[in-house]
Amino acid sequence: MIARLALASLTRRRGRTALTIAGVAVATAMLLDMVMLGSGMRESFRGFIEQQGFQLRLTPRGTMPFDSEATVGGAQALVARIAEDPEVVAVAPVLGAKLFTPRADSVVPAFLLGIDPAVQGDYVLAEGRDIAAPDEMVVNGAWLEATGVRLGDTIRVASGYDAQLRRFSGEGSVRVVGRGRFMMLAGGEKVAALPIATVQGMGGEDLRDRLSVVLVATRAGADVETVGRRIEASDARVSALSTEAALRFVDERLSYFRQLAFILASVSLITGFLLVTTLVTVSVNERIGEIAVMRAIGVARERIVVQVMLEGLVLSVIGAVLGLGLGIVTAKWLNEILSAFPGLPAAFDFFLFEPSAAVRSLGLIISCGIGAGLWPAWRATTLSIAQTLREEAVA
Amino acid sequence: MNLTQPVLSARDLRRAYLVAGAPVEAVRGLSLDVHPGEWVAVVGPSGCGKSTLLNLLGAIDRPTSGQLLIRGRDVAVMDDAEATRFRLTGIGFVFQRFYLMPTLSAAENVELPMAEAKRPRAEREARAKELLTYVGLGARTDHRPFQLSGGEQQRVAVARALANRPALLLADEPTGELDARTGEEMIALFDRLNRDGTTIVTVTHDEELAQAARRVIHMRDGVIVDDQVRRPLESVARPA
Repeated sequence: MIARLALASLTRRRGRTALTIAGVAVATAMLLDMVMLGSGMRESFRGFIEQQGFQLRLTPRGTMPFDSEATVGGAQALVARIAEDPEVVAVAPVLGAKLFTPRADSVVPAFLLGIDPAVQGDYVLAEGRDIAAPDEMVVNGAWLEATGVRLGDTIRVASGYDAQLRRFSGEGSVRVVGRGRFMMLAGGEKVAALPIATVQGMGGEDLRDRLSVVLVATRAGADVETVGRRIEASDARVSALSTEAALRFVDERLSYFRQLAFILASVSLITGFLLVTTLVTVSVNERIGEIAVMRAIGVARERIVVQVMLEGLVLSVIGAVLGLGLGIVTAKWLNEILSAFPGLPAAFDFFLFEPSAAVRSLGLIISCGIGAGLWPAWRATTLSIAQTLREEAVA
Repeated sequence: MNLTQPVLSARDLRRAYLVAGAPVEAVRGLSLDVHPGEWVAVVGPSGCGKSTLLNLLGAIDRPTSGQLLIRGRDVAVMDDAEATRFRLTGIGFVFQRFYLMPTLSAAENVELPMAEAKRPRAEREARAKELLTYVGLGARTDHRPFQLSGGEQQRVAVARALANRPALLLADEPTGELDARTGEEMIALFDRLNRDGTTIVTVTHDEELAQAARRVIHMRDGVIVDDQVRRPLESVARPA
């Protein structure tokens, strides 16, 4: 009967209840999005950095992967020396370069990766097949779109282009065999990958036996930091960056985002709390005479508390469930907008849905809903029955 | 039923309020006995302390001093939970403004105190039907308050007050919101209730209601100034 009265009081003013539920849903959606944003970027970064399967990244000393055009010479010897380390199970050299593709009336520039197709960790094949010969190339969707080339086509490309003289250098003929998703590079950026030896050959003396990054996979259980320090000690030209160190670096960079997410999540929570408190308080005020009568005819104080708090709970549960769906939709939409930011890796997600985040958000909003009923419930049960009835009679 | 033991016994009952920081006594040293089967009408000018007295008798307000025994229990020393339980099972209330729960049907309104007393559903439904039939609303059990007239709502309120078979029915201006004809019907209902054994205390300005009661108490300035038995108790039938 008490539950029935609680539900009935919510349906008595349907428009007002619906608006409050909508408000709670928006607050929940915002909260969920901020919780997803708070941990999503870090987990997303961890996801794709670990997906590559390499625990160490070696770069020219003092640089981050591909943040400059710096390269290291003696690539073959360096790779062989790293591979000799008993804790190392795979070594993947990568050379960054430029690729120019002549079209009928234009030249399409792109970023070119020289990789070892057997152990590469730069792309995931989405269509076609992987590189099996020195003249085979995997590209991304943006490159295909810009050039109009189709998988299976054989085309002329160059590693250099003088725009004033309209002259190409380091030309070669390649066959486009696959389309890949390049994880570390920006979504809209045009990218292609060729075997590293082919890229070194196309680049002439500038790129001969050089590399930009070395990805290193260590055996399970190995102390990655120690392996990195050992490699750094053996070759002063390179810096070693472990996955954990990269995550710490990203964490530091993302701390402002997390603070922003925390503040906005708190604002959402407070908004939801105030909405439910306001509605339940107004509802209790409207029924103060009824509540006084219920107390007068012998309805226990605890039962009134349960009734009032049930109203807050129902509002917050319905609002939270609706908000969950709304939050996922808005997160997807916002993710698409933010992921298009120039220079961001294609695989980078700002909002990463995790069931634990949803449960946390639902729990927080529902707890708020229960808490929001406390004040009006306390007010309803501490009223003087006689005085309230007298005031109601006068009113 | 023991007619010699009063249902209600008040001795030197006082209730003072603070008004603008100064104590004002609404009930001043009032003593009163009400026996089983009596119908007492408390009358007097506005502000004489009638409603305060009714609130004290109904255990929804506490006396500042004095003793108030209802069915032998001292209401003045009960804590909130005890007083609530006592009101639930020992007292029936009828208010001037009916105060039915608008979202519940007539039968559910009558069931509410029984549900609170944790009576089984089947017993509640049967009792609600029986009481609504008694007050002449057997065909309106599923109707919501807004579908009933003022007189019908007050009948439902009477049925609700009787739900847990209270020892005492307290009514605060039960005809105050009713037109003359409906008021007469309500007086007839109270008369029937009393003849069937229900002990009633009403506070009223309604002269006709007061005339129908067996005993009329006149109050002025918080004290009883006149106490007249108009109709002595006859044989008392089974309470409704």
